[in-house]
Order: sequence, then structure tokens, then C-alpha cells
Amino acid sequence: MPDGTMQPPVLRVEDLTVRFTRRNTDVAAVNGVDFSLQAGETLTILGESGSGKSVSLKALMGLLPAYAGVSGKVWLNGKEILGLPAAALAKLRGGAVSMIFQEPMAALDPVYTIGEQIAETIVQHEGCDNRTAMKRALGLLEQVKIPSAERRLKNFPHEMSGGMRHRAMIALALACKPSVLLADEPTTALDVTVQIQILLLLRQLQAELGMAIVFVTHDVGAAAEISDRIAVMYAGRFVETGTTRQVMREPMHPYTQGLLSSTVHGGMRGRALETIPGSPPNLAELPPGCAFAPRCRYAVDACRQGDIPVVTTETGAMARCVRAEELVEA
Amino acid sequence: MLLFALRRLLQAIPILLGVSLVVFGLVHIVPGNPIDMLMPPEASPEVIAQMKAAFGFDKPLYMQFLLWLLRAVQGDFGLSVFNATPVWGQLLAALENTFVLAILGAALGFSMGILCGMVSALYHGRWPDKLFSAIATVGVSLPHYWCAIVLVLVCAVLHDWLPAQGMGDDTLPLYERLQYLVLPVITLSLIPMGVIGRLVRATVLDILGQDFVGALSAKGLTRWPVIRHIAKNAAPPVLALMGLQFGYLLGGSILVETVFNWPGSGNLLNLAIFRRDIPVLQATILVLATFFVLLNLLVDIAQAAIDPRIRR
Ligand SMILES: Nc1ncnc2c1ncn2[C@@H]1O[C@H](COP(=O)(O)OP(=O)(O)OP(=O)(O)O)[C@@H](O)[C@H]1O
Ligand code: SF4
Ligand SMILES: [Mg+2]
Repeated sequence: MPDGTMQPPVLRVEDLTVRFTRRNTDVAAVNGVDFSLQAGETLTILGESGSGKSVSLKALMGLLPAYAGVSGKVWLNGKEILGLPAAALAKLRGGAVSMIFQEPMAALDPVYTIGEQIAETIVQHEGCDNRTAMKRALGLLEQVKIPSAERRLKNFPHEMSGGMRHRAMIALALACKPSVLLADEPTTALDVTVQIQILLLLRQLQAELGMAIVFVTHDVGAAAEISDRIAVMYAGRFVETGTTRQVMREPMHPYTQGLLSSTVHGGMRGRALETIPGSPPNLAELPPGCAFAPRCRYAVDACRQGDIPVVTTETGAMARCVRAEELVEA
Repeated sequence: MLLFALRRLLQAIPILLGVSLVVFGLVHIVPGNPIDMLMPPEASPEVIAQMKAAFGFDKPLYMQFLLWLLRAVQGDFGLSVFNATPVWGQLLAALENTFVLAILGAALGFSMGILCGMVSALYHGRWPDKLFSAIATVGVSLPHYWCAIVLVLVCAVLHDWLPAQGMGDDTLPLYERLQYLVLPVITLSLIPMGVIGRLVRATVLDILGQDFVGALSAKGLTRWPVIRHIAKNAAPPVLALMGLQFGYLLGGSILVETVFNWPGSGNLLNLAIFRRDIPVLQATILVLATFFVLLNLLVDIAQAAIDPRIRR
């Protein structure tokens, strides 16, 4: 857990920016994201659909298509990884950094067994023989608590239930003991009971393996459940960051406040549910100033001009809003 | 899996029976019956009746069919009406010649098609893709006989590189006999190459668009293992088409075998039609159709072995 600044961060991201430039459009999907993450820590990136969460993760993994312009700096265990050559990147992926996806069907090849898919990852990274890799795969399935793991090893993805596939996908991601696990909405497709099981499993695995997790979701409840820190993303920017407690209890940014009051969760019990008016901005034509201004009920003229100042509290929380300070006092 | 294979095998039986029924029916497409057609007009009714009895034409139709089928299964298709030699021997020789062409043509066409389709999908929209698309379109749209004639003109008439016709003498050394194969094999491979190439390209592009391919890179697989995954996913539809194409090649392209004067089953079929040689016609069609059915069976089983979702 985040207990100080003694250790160097396992993952540090500075000014990560992604633009998709094709013929006549220029989509600013991620606009200067900064964060750092200690071993064993979980950061949740919380945001609406289209806010650039998945693109940020893919940029970290180097998985974006060639036409995506990625800039900024990313350090993994102290080593710069952005813009590494393909072979070096492939070594990292599934090794030191790995990813789990929203839809396990999207992560698993339908014509290979679960065992084969886990084993080949181990073989690729560690160069061991297939037999050893299969044994490791069996151990992993047991670790993610798949019942009768021996038999499941020989199952094809379509022969498993949704929750089981999820566990298999997590086992795959953990195959080479990553130091950073990127989880892209890993529970949104599941029903609530399974969702909670998977979240608990992730926390338990994290405690066992000590990896850092970047957890992406638009589900405030899941964010509250799993994270140490939360970053709220809007139009490709972090508009507010802080510990889970800070963000949930004392949200500073009007967007965060809107997001929380549009969801049922513990921190806001007793308040009426309301939705945020309007819809997310078009990333191809971001307005100058605060991207949230068209939907913000506190917007003033200053919001529509120039860069929005970042407000930092003495407890380390951050908000990117002209009126953050006065709104919190109010 | 074994059960699946067995079930498919059983399902093939009624199909084969249907095929043999149609083939048997061929005799009766010709008006009258074969004996009436073959006997000189001045033959006496007694002789005709005798002949009919000898060939079994006096029995009821279903008995004729059963007897015919029983003998056909044992490889006895009777004598050729044209030259009174056993049909089976002629057919065997022709099939062997066609097999040589078909296997080489398929090997060349399929491997080129898979290579081109794979490369153009992986380089989608760039020059290798455009180049191959052009080649494939030309390959499937040029008429076979035209290609054959151009090849013969260029390689055999204008230059003396390769023999134009026939399959060479048994006495020639192997290397010279191989030369006779080159032009017909190239001609035959054009259509399979184009058709398979286009299907491989489309299938691989479709697979590349699926999310799990991104996930393969996300777990750190390098280029070749990723290509292996793509290939296995693309295999079932491609196999189905290869089975079909190989079936066509086995049928022996009548045009190619005629242009190159290649004594294969296409040629035999062609001759049998012109000579109204019904027994030869029947035997050739029945054997080829059986190959076709068996080939499809094999493809079905191979598909199910590759993609577990096909097994039911
Ligand atoms: N390959 C791409 N080419 C062009 N634009 C893209 C590409 N991938 C994503 N985008 C754009 O980038 C923006 C952010 O997309 P992203 O997938 O990161 O959203 P998200 O926050 O993950 O949303 P969701 O919750 O729906 O997954 C979207 O507007 C999307 O249209
Ligand atoms: S900067 Fe202005 S528009 Fe943006 S969130 Fe703050 S108050 Fe609203
Ligand atoms: Mg997403």
C-alpha cells in the first residue's frame, strides 16, 4: 500500500499524449497524462466512455496502430520504455507489464486450449520447454481458483462459463509475474456477484504477488472497491486525482461531483441521483480551456480561455478546475 | 471427435447412393435403350432380345440398378462400347494421369495462393497487397484455354523451351518427362491460386480485425507465433475451398487436357461423350463423384479437428 516515497515507482508516466491523425481528422485522445505507481499499489482511472482510458493503456503497452502519434515519457522499473523497438517491447508485454481485457473472448484465441495459450506465453518469455510451461499453467489456474483446473487446462474458451474465462484471462496475464498489471474494465461485462468475486481475487493476487495495478473503469462502485488512488479522466486529461477516500468523500472537480452523484455508492448515500447534462466532447474539436465547460454548471468566462490551473491540496489531491478551491469551501 | 468422424462417414453413404442412381440413370437419358442404338437396323428381333438378355436390359429397372451397382463396387464397369476393352483399365490409366496433374497443380496453386493471400493481408493496402490483388484478378478471370495457348506459343513455339503436347514416352528419362508437366501444371494452378489467394486474404483480414489478435501481441508473442495463431484460425474456410478446388482439378479440366492433349480423365470424359460411350461415362463420373464426396468428408473432419467449435 502507498506508505511513503521511499521506493522508486515501478511505473512513472509523464505527459503522455496520443493523437490519431488521419487524412482530415485529428483526434486528441490523450492530452498529457501524468502519474506514478508504487509496487502493490492500485490506481483507478475513472471516466466516461470515450474519455481515452483504453487508449492510454494501449499507449503504455505500445499497442496502438502506427498512425497514432504517441509522445511523453514512460518509465517501467526505472527504464524508459516508450518508443522501444518492437522486439524489446514484445519482451516487456506479457512479461513485466501485462494486460487484462473487458471481454475475455477478446483476449483468448478460440481455437487454442486455455492451457496452450498460457503455456505459450511462458515459453515465449522464459524459453522453458512446453512441459514445464504446462505445469506452470496448471498452477496459475489453481491460483485464480478455477475448479478442477487439470481438466480446464484442456478446455477451449467457448467451453467455459463467463466468470471462468475471466479467471483464465487473469491467469494468462499473471503467467510471467508482471510488475504492472493493466486492467481495462475487467469486470464491466460481468454480473454483480461475479464482478465482486473477480475484484476480490485481483486484490488477493495483488497481495500475494505485489504487483502494481492500473485499473480502468467507468464504474464508481468498482473503483471504490479496489483502488488506493483514483484519477478521474475527462476528454483525455486527468481532471482530478487523489486517494480513493479523498476523491469519493471530497470531490473537488465539478465533473467528479457529477459522476459521483449520478451513481449509487456508499459515500454519497442519501443524496438524490442526478445525471450530468450534455455529452462528452468531440475529441477532434476540443474547445480551448476546460473541456468540461459546456456541461459545467459552475462555468465562468475564465474556464473557456487558456490552460486551466491545477489546484493541489496539502494532502496531495489535485484538481484541474478554475473554481476548485471556492467550490470545495462552499 | 471420433464420433463426429463416424457420423460424417455415415452421412456420406446416402449421398453416394444418390450419385450412383443419377449416374445409372444416364443410360436412360439417351432415348430408347443402348442396345436399340447399337444394333444395326436390319438386326432380327430375336438377336435384339438375346442381346438385351445378355446385358440384363430385360430385367426390371431396379434390378438392373442393383446388379450394376454390385458390379461397379467391385470395379466392374463392363466393356467400352467403343473399343470393347474393359472400362476399368482405361479409367485407371486416365485417373493416374489426371492425379499427377491435379496434385502438382494444387500444390503449386495452393501454396502460391496461401503465400500471396497471407502477404497481402499482412501488408493490407500497401504495394504487395495491390500487386497480388491484380495478379489474382487476372488469374481467375483469364480463360484457361487462352492461357494454355499463350503458354504453348511462348514456351514451345516461339522458343523451344518445353514440349507443347502429350506426356512423353515411358522410355524417356524422368527429367524429360517432367518437362511435359510444366505447362499444364502452371495453367491448372492459376485458378486455385487466385481463388485461394483471395479467400486467404479476406479471411486473414477478418481475423486481424478481431480483438484476440491484439491480445496476442499484448502477451508478448513475436511475429511468427502470431502468424501461427492467425493461420490456424483461417484454416477451416480455406480448407473447405481447397477441397472443392482439388475436386475440380481431379475432374480433370477438359479444356486443359484437350489443349495439351493430356490423356487424363477430362480427356476420357470428353471422348466418351463424343463417342456416346455410356459405360465409360458412367464409370468416370461415378468414380470422380465418389472422390469428390470423400474429399469433402476429409475436409469436414480436418476442419473439426482444427476448430473445436465446429464439432457438434
Ligand atoms: N485506433 C483509433 N483511431 C482513431 N481514434 C481512436 C482509435 N482508438 C480510439 N480512438 C478514439 O479515442 C477516443 C478514446 O477512446 P478510448 O477507447 O480510449 O475510450 P475509453 O475511455 O476506453 O472508452 P470506453 O469506456 O468506451 O472503453 C475515442 O474518441 C475514440 O474514438
Ligand atoms: S474549470 Fe470551469 S468549466 Fe471546468 S470544471 Fe471547473 S468550473 Fe467547470
Ligand atoms: Mg475502453
